[in-house]
Amino acid sequence: MTELNSKIPAGPLEKKWDEHKAHLKLVNPANKRKHTVIVVGTGLAGASAAASLGEMGYKVLSFCFQDSPRRAHSIAAQGGINAAKNYQNDGDSIYRLFYDTIKGGDFRAREANVYRLAQVSVNIIDQCVAQGVPFGREYSGTLGNRSFGGAQVSRTFYARGQTGQQLLLGAYQALMKQVQAGTVVHHSRREMLELVVIDGRARGIVTRNLVTGKIESHVADAVVLCTGGYGNVFYLSTNAKGCNGTAIWRAHRKGAFFGNPCYTQIHPTCIPKSGDYQSKLTLMSESLRNDGRVWVPKKKGDHRPPNEIPEDERDYYLERVYPSFGNLAPRDVSSRQAKYACDEGRGVGPGGLGVYLDFGDGIKRLGKRVIDERYGNLFEMYERITGEDPHVVPMRIYPAVHYTMGGLWVDYNLMSSIPGLFVGGEANFSDHGANRLGASALMQGLADGYFVLPYTVSDYIASGGLSKVDTNHAAVKDAEREVQGRMDKFLAIGGKHSVDHFHKALGNVLWEDCGMARSKESLERALEEIPKLEQQFWSDLRVTGTGSELNQELEKAGRVADFFELAQLMCYDALKREESCGGHFRVEHQTPDGEAKRNDAEFAYVSAWEWKGPNETPVLHKEPLVYENIQLATRSYK
Amino acid sequence: MRLTLEIWRQKNGSDPGRFVNYEVEANEHMSFLEMLDVLNQDLITRGEEPVAFDNDCREGICGMCGFLIDGQAHGPNHPGTVCQLHMRFFHDGQKLRLEPWRAAAFPIVKDLVVNRSALDRIIAAGGYNSVRTGSAPEANSILVNKVDSDRAMEAAACIGCGACVAACPNASAALFTGAKVTQLALLPQGQPERYVRVINMAGQIEAEGFGHCTSIGECAAVCPAGIKLETIAQMNKDFIRASLKRRENAPPLTISKTTSPYA
Repeated sequence: MTELNSKIPAGPLEKKWDEHKAHLKLVNPANKRKHTVIVVGTGLAGASAAASLGEMGYKVLSFCFQDSPRRAHSIAAQGGINAAKNYQNDGDSIYRLFYDTIKGGDFRAREANVYRLAQVSVNIIDQCVAQGVPFGREYSGTLGNRSFGGAQVSRTFYARGQTGQQLLLGAYQALMKQVQAGTVVHHSRREMLELVVIDGRARGIVTRNLVTGKIESHVADAVVLCTGGYGNVFYLSTNAKGCNGTAIWRAHRKGAFFGNPCYTQIHPTCIPKSGDYQSKLTLMSESLRNDGRVWVPKKKGDHRPPNEIPEDERDYYLERVYPSFGNLAPRDVSSRQAKYACDEGRGVGPGGLGVYLDFGDGIKRLGKRVIDERYGNLFEMYERITGEDPHVVPMRIYPAVHYTMGGLWVDYNLMSSIPGLFVGGEANFSDHGANRLGASALMQGLADGYFVLPYTVSDYIASGGLSKVDTNHAAVKDAEREVQGRMDKFLAIGGKHSVDHFHKALGNVLWEDCGMARSKESLERALEEIPKLEQQFWSDLRVTGTGSELNQELEKAGRVADFFELAQLMCYDALKREESCGGHFRVEHQTPDGEAKRNDAEFAYVSAWEWKGPNETPVLHKEPLVYENIQLATRSYK
Repeated sequence: MRLTLEIWRQKNGSDPGRFVNYEVEANEHMSFLEMLDVLNQDLITRGEEPVAFDNDCREGICGMCGFLIDGQAHGPNHPGTVCQLHMRFFHDGQKLRLEPWRAAAFPIVKDLVVNRSALDRIIAAGGYNSVRTGSAPEANSILVNKVDSDRAMEAAACIGCGACVAACPNASAALFTGAKVTQLALLPQGQPERYVRVINMAGQIEAEGFGHCTSIGECAAVCPAGIKLETIAQMNKDFIRASLKRRENAPPLTISKTTSPYA
């Protein structure tokens, strides 16, 4: 059994990273080019890690399943990126960003990791500005900031409503520069389908060329997975259609522990679902809640148009329940309150699954021009989708699956329980605890890629002991056979139903039983239903076409097969965690006023699950969360 | 609503390809891609191969989707991508022709999917500021005039979908390249490499086999991100200045190989 060792450096919190860095081993510049590093995924974490490692002189092999690294889903993040610059002189500091993040995550994240994140946040902004990222600016020429959920300071840097796009393009450009320089060899339209482990270390990957169908192998001295989250396990989510959990799931099956799989963030401001054909949900940035007010009618079943409901018959419930944070209450809290309002029959729009996000007051106070300058593109996007103009009619929003805080377990060096396998960004479990604050995902992706992985991967390589391997190694051949076997199996089933048919069914079970609220009963039900569905999937799936061409159905089949296994692990984890915290709300554990009730005495730990084989119950390992610098407190935004 | 779709089907790069007609039942709330999902589910049930089309974020920002609808890149509603085009813009009984981007520099992969990696190579040729990780100065030590910053943001909004190339009778990549050149030329951080950048990116455009810009303006008319024609003017201006400066500076000209990364 692999031992869990988080390798948190000793010493005072604010010195841990600097001290640790000072003692990490280095690789001589002349030797770097003799070492190869594989980086899978080209989002914020992957592109920035590949670019930085390439620039340092390593031979980097980079991979993405899209047609270009610039498509990674980081590009869709809208609102902003946090950094403790204190440019607004409003009392921000590294410590405050650290504390807000720990509290936002409901005291289920590692202190040392989060403090490091807050520390390097400052350098991220410097790096991106130098790259030419056009952040919003004041007339003085200095950088602008806005506020975001879960914080009382303005520390969020933004590029209109396209912050993720601009940060990703910065990292992508840095990556393409290294491609030109020859230190990075990039492979588009390749999907990682297996991890190669040799002598207990991660030494390579097997990919499928999505255009030719060719199974290809790549070996290296270290493998870095930055492949994003698994929210698409729910079918409907705000994730891009291609986002999937296959890379980390394949690694999990090879021995990498899976951390906190049940922690799913439900984002409060998505455009509500409109029909059964719907393929995904569209997010409206959390920044809208700076100037938009959330409300529902006070009366149940009030179907009048919003402008006919007078002020005193509206319930601005976030402002009422959380007077200190109001509309900027964090995502988990806001989502749950929207659910309560709709459960009471006060929801608006078709099916009653929606609440209003109203800009009437904002436009009156600031004028249409200012509102458009801040949120213009989001308003356009909303109008394009719904056909309604949010300047005139309030937006309708409803919570939706957005981000997965769970992911592969990693130590302080972002190394998984398989030596040589590093995991960055949303693909790892670290930093966000049970809930992520807005504008923190971009921060973590870039912190991992630019400022953590380049150091820790170097330390691992410099520690030596890496024998020479090539693609003829038996372990590589076994992995290739495994991949080919799976592809052949999907194509041979010849059943009646499409991949989407099964994916939707799985998503429904998960949303109902392991979604915004879970209970022992619902989770046990899901653990009975999912294996039945999975069995049908393997016996009644229809994948058209062949394996030696672009075959999008075959791609989806592999991802959904892995989602079936992952979904069960999520339920096991949710069942075991007999408390409510952040994005994990067990209905049995709540305060009389419906707030999450943690149980620190028994559950202040990271769950790290070990794969035991198909149809076997996974084994739970616990990493105790030790808080040396802050006191565990009941989270309150009131 | 019932629609007839005339869709370009092409198994791979060496298949000659042809149009095939399909009937599909849609409703006005669906996005165009969701309508195609419905068609594909129907095809799979009938044991036929679904239509391949690129898509990912379905929020109009990743730039992955895109094809011609009745000859218009991303369809009739501008500015916007095909994933954000809703069926309320069409009517019952309409016949629509769907075909992939047509450009020599964008070889067809399958059906409506093309290979746009030439755009990546244009960026690799110089579409960046060279800054080493960790060596950047304090962010507010570089002040940027708000007007320039806003204009840089407008140019930076390009999603790299390739609609500009598909809409241009010459299949020119001038708008795509102009957008990046303009963004970086407007910012103080972009100045040191400004003229090397424009020369190298223009050289790469030529090597990839894109056509020349003849100022027709169709590119900007269909651009889902609203990139303006003036970015091409900015690029041309910088190119002329760069060509004059080149005699003094002789910047290195580096052109990437134009081989497909999928081979």
